[in-house]
Amino acid sequence: MSEALVAVEAAGTDTSVPAASGARQFWRRLRTQRAALVAAVVVALLVLVALAAPLLTAIEGQDPTTYHPSLVDSARGGVPVGSFGGAGADHWLGVEPQTGRDLFARLVYGARVSLGVALAATVVQLVLGVVVGVAAGLGNRWVDLVLTRVADIFVAMPLMIVALALLAIVPAGFPRPVLVALVVGLVSGWGTLAKMVRAQTLTLKQLDYVAAARLSGWGTVRIARRELLPGLAAPVITFAAILVPTNITVEAALSFLGVGVKPPTPSWGQMLTSADVWYQAAPQYLLLPAGALFLTVLALTVLGDGVRTALDPRASSRLRVGTGRRREAS
Amino acid sequence: MSLVDVRDLRVDFGGLRAVDGLSFRLEQGAALALVGESGSGKSTVASALLGLHRGTGARVAGTVEVAGTDVQTASEEELRRLRGGKAAMVFQDPLSSLDPYYAIGDQIAEVYRLHARVSRRAARARAVEVLDRVGIPDAARRSRARPHEFSGGMRQRALIAMALACEPGLLIADEPTTALDVTVQAQVLDLLHTLREETGMGLLLVTHDVGVAAESIDEVLVMQYGRAVEHGPVAGVLGSPAEPYTRELLAAVPRLDAPAKAPAEPEEVVLEASGLRREFGRGKRAVTAVRDVSLTLRRGETLGIVGESGSGKTTLGRMLVGLLEPTAGSLRFEGRAHTGVNPAVQMVFQDPVSSLNPRRSVGESIADPLRARGERDEGRIRRRVGELLERVGLEAAHHDRYPHEFSGGQRQRVGIARALAADPRVIVCDEPVSALDVTTQAHVIDLLGELQRELGLALVFVAHDLAVVRQVSDRVAVMRQGSVIEEGPVGEVYASPRDPYTRQLLAAVPALDPEAAARRRAERRELAAV
Amino acid sequence: MTGFGGFVLRRAVGALVTLLVLSVIIYVVFYVTPGNVAQITCGPRCSPAQVQQVAEQLHLNDPLFERYWHFLQGLVAGQDYSTGTAVQHCSAPCLGLSYQSDQQVTALILAKLPVTASLALGAMVLWLIIGVGTGVLSVWRRGRPTERLLTTLTLAGMSTPVFVIGLVLMIVVCGQLELLPFPQYVAFTEDPEQWAWNLLLPWLSLALIESATYARLTRAAMLETLAEDHVRTFRAYGVGERAIIRRHALRGAVAPLIAVNANNIGVLFGGAVLTETLFGLPGIGREMVEAVKVVDLPVVVGMVLVTGFFVVLANAVADVLYAVADRRVVLT
Repeated sequence: MSEALVAVEAAGTDTSVPAASGARQFWRRLRTQRAALVAAVVVALLVLVALAAPLLTAIEGQDPTTYHPSLVDSARGGVPVGSFGGAGADHWLGVEPQTGRDLFARLVYGARVSLGVALAATVVQLVLGVVVGVAAGLGNRWVDLVLTRVADIFVAMPLMIVALALLAIVPAGFPRPVLVALVVGLVSGWGTLAKMVRAQTLTLKQLDYVAAARLSGWGTVRIARRELLPGLAAPVITFAAILVPTNITVEAALSFLGVGVKPPTPSWGQMLTSADVWYQAAPQYLLLPAGALFLTVLALTVLGDGVRTALDPRASSRLRVGTGRRREAS
Repeated sequence: MSLVDVRDLRVDFGGLRAVDGLSFRLEQGAALALVGESGSGKSTVASALLGLHRGTGARVAGTVEVAGTDVQTASEEELRRLRGGKAAMVFQDPLSSLDPYYAIGDQIAEVYRLHARVSRRAARARAVEVLDRVGIPDAARRSRARPHEFSGGMRQRALIAMALACEPGLLIADEPTTALDVTVQAQVLDLLHTLREETGMGLLLVTHDVGVAAESIDEVLVMQYGRAVEHGPVAGVLGSPAEPYTRELLAAVPRLDAPAKAPAEPEEVVLEASGLRREFGRGKRAVTAVRDVSLTLRRGETLGIVGESGSGKTTLGRMLVGLLEPTAGSLRFEGRAHTGVNPAVQMVFQDPVSSLNPRRSVGESIADPLRARGERDEGRIRRRVGELLERVGLEAAHHDRYPHEFSGGQRQRVGIARALAADPRVIVCDEPVSALDVTTQAHVIDLLGELQRELGLALVFVAHDLAVVRQVSDRVAVMRQGSVIEEGPVGEVYASPRDPYTRQLLAAVPALDPEAAARRRAERRELAAV
Repeated sequence: MTGFGGFVLRRAVGALVTLLVLSVIIYVVFYVTPGNVAQITCGPRCSPAQVQQVAEQLHLNDPLFERYWHFLQGLVAGQDYSTGTAVQHCSAPCLGLSYQSDQQVTALILAKLPVTASLALGAMVLWLIIGVGTGVLSVWRRGRPTERLLTTLTLAGMSTPVFVIGLVLMIVVCGQLELLPFPQYVAFTEDPEQWAWNLLLPWLSLALIESATYARLTRAAMLETLAEDHVRTFRAYGVGERAIIRRHALRGAVAPLIAVNANNIGVLFGGAVLTETLFGLPGIGREMVEAVKVVDLPVVVGMVLVTGFFVVLANAVADVLYAVADRRVVLT
């Protein structure tokens, strides 16, 4: 750690100090953004729906897995009987073609899978990214070199391809949603985060207040905890706000390809797999999961923008998005 | 007709009034300095002269006439002709003021072609011509370089060249030398002086540094809180100021001709450095920041270390407190060999913003050394922090406030309190006042002096400002390119410098008295000729 | 320019090291992951003896490092495979033989590459035009209704998965309006016009989604540059807004655009899995999905490595381009 606090005169003293941003200030700044507030409400509702899925379907009196052969017209290839895809008092949004499973129930249970997998994957990414990034930033030259190289490799890792391959070879016994979350979390996102955290750690540890803490007589661990980690909170939260919607898209894409969440567990991406066949007979079978997906990702993205603006007011006019996010699902 | 005529100018940013009813004139070919501390509104005035507040949300009222253009009512087209064509501006930070992606010559040519209908080739030729005019050696070749390939002083010359390109009647220089070393500052000021003599253009100089103003102008306007405090010929205002604020400002400016500090009684050596050396990087790219520096520091004395940027003075300071390990050489503290940090050797940092953790209350930061050495009694910690806060001129009640609630000077006091909390015998002050306004600077220097007398501290005072160092130090070491080139009692070194570089540094210090400034200018010419 | 040559060389070596480490990680992960490859390859009705035989044949029981070493040898020098009676020579760079068809993986990938390349490059041209154009326009019109409209559209683009927009486009354009037939890949060498018409929808789907990222990136970088001091200098010299945006602000967006574009194009060359699956384009991505379904490990590992190769290559090229665009990089 001897080179840790190097401050070469020639390097200049232009280190950006993160503004003091308590939780209260954060809320105050977030509240001034109308779009972000609306998005926050939408996200809250979605989470609520996901949590209350059993309750909601119980009120409807349906469940997501029971087949209703009587509700589809097998003579016409399994088109739902009745207008609007069989929607009515019993089946609020109609039934699935061919199987007759309740669409509302599958949609709200799908929200569970979507949000649950995305959040779990985000947690994996955050833990990996922060641990590797801080270790690289504080470690000696070799630790830094190795960890940075590893992070580089994971940045270059083609997520869809690797996830596709990994998900295919793991045996079926493993609980599928957990597996999808793990694979998405381990393969994507954290490399970029780790590099960002490393850069931030390097910046922070050159700040004079860290030097002052060393002069006080504190050790590395205490300095990392008291002086460095709080400074990392804002950029890490900002990054997490980008990761969640990305993970939702990735989960949907994997399920769309048939390697994500497996039937009978419902998932929005999976529902879209065969939607193109039914768009004329039962358009809501395409529109509902697509709309749910769109709304969720949109709300999370807008909320993420709002969070970023609230955490870093200087960036409010600049909107520094896009640099951190990669569209993996192509 | 006056070159500049400002009448009752008011500028508001949101609810904040930056300029409040300012009026002044500048005749053709004359030079005026707007002098004031940070927040006085001087830069806002400079921007208003070119109409740069348009479209930014600032509210501007009053009349501003520059070279016959009424800036307030001018059309976009008229403004464009004014900017660069009739009045050109030179900004403070020469690196960030140029586009990093384009060659310097191209940038000058781009501006020139806006105002003169000429071919690309002719514009490039003009760029080379003005670069040559401001003293860029080998201008034709250097015009193809990008800003990062230029040194700070060269960049500022390039910016001045850009301003000259269209032969404007007025040059507005907004803190043109603040980011520069003292010798380079002198060169740039001399250049401005010569250009003014030759082209007869008017100069409006915006600066916080009274010395810089005295060097270059005829008239001075002292500003405070957006208003004019005092306005008149430079000799009058600086020689016999009428207003209390002007007097306070002038009294705070450290000067080379002020009485020096009474030398301290020689006492026992507390800190001894021998053969300190520090390299950065390895292999072919290794850079030696400090080479073979040996120093002694005695109880109760102040050792000043002066040097320009890149001289290695900050690296040396960091090695003295143990934040950096020396590549070679050793340190002895109170007779014992000593490596790593030691609570008895503390530091006060340059930047009052980055030296305090923005997320912790100042009381928490000051308590750090107490807690680190095992103090657990919260009541005692709080009492001690309170005492320290009061000792540095703040209030015990400030304990729970956060750094952003304090001004720069107050934050620097908090930094001093934190250093004192460790009961140090030595404090290394790394440019402790260079980020502060001149009046605040004087107060912080006084505080350090008091603490030293009271506690018998040994101080190392690292700074680029020769006048400040002279004021606080008993002995001084002059650094250049990593080595100490001259060391001795302050009186001796300043009165009869042995090393030519020290002489050059001293000649570059701006003088408050215009006559002395002219003398120094002549002296610099001589030194340059040698 | 020895500094620049050295820089290119350093980046090339770095890329090689990255690829080697990547290949180790991928090889180990895939061949160590639980799951009985022999059983799957042989089929569900194989007897344990038959499974054992398949495992022998595929060298699944050899120690891992030995297999990896063979794999590396094949990559560098080529390899001979005995398939039943005949011996098949797989020339370098050999990625092994498919478990399913005994075809050479390298040949398999090369055969699919034109499809994927057509898709990726065409879409790239579109997304750069649409994305950068949108970004520049939204900066030029900042504070006006146009900007709000563009940022809203961009947000919508960010929030739509490519298979959703592809589905909708296909249903509307091909199904409802019948403006175009459902896409069916035609090789460029066969009929350039048909090639373009059939790829139009896949290009559009990919480009519309990707351009959102580019629009935001361009906009963010330009706004950041516009806030910098040197822009103030040029304003103070009477340079107009148009010239400032064109000459100075856009210039600041070039480097991040190169970096992001390199990564995207690298990933896409390894197979636009979703787009190819949705539109039934016989590219690397769809081949991958097929191989995954039957756990054809050599094909899967080969494709992952090839994708990794493209990503690393594209990033290395981007680094060099970046350095050309911004010489200061070389100095640091």
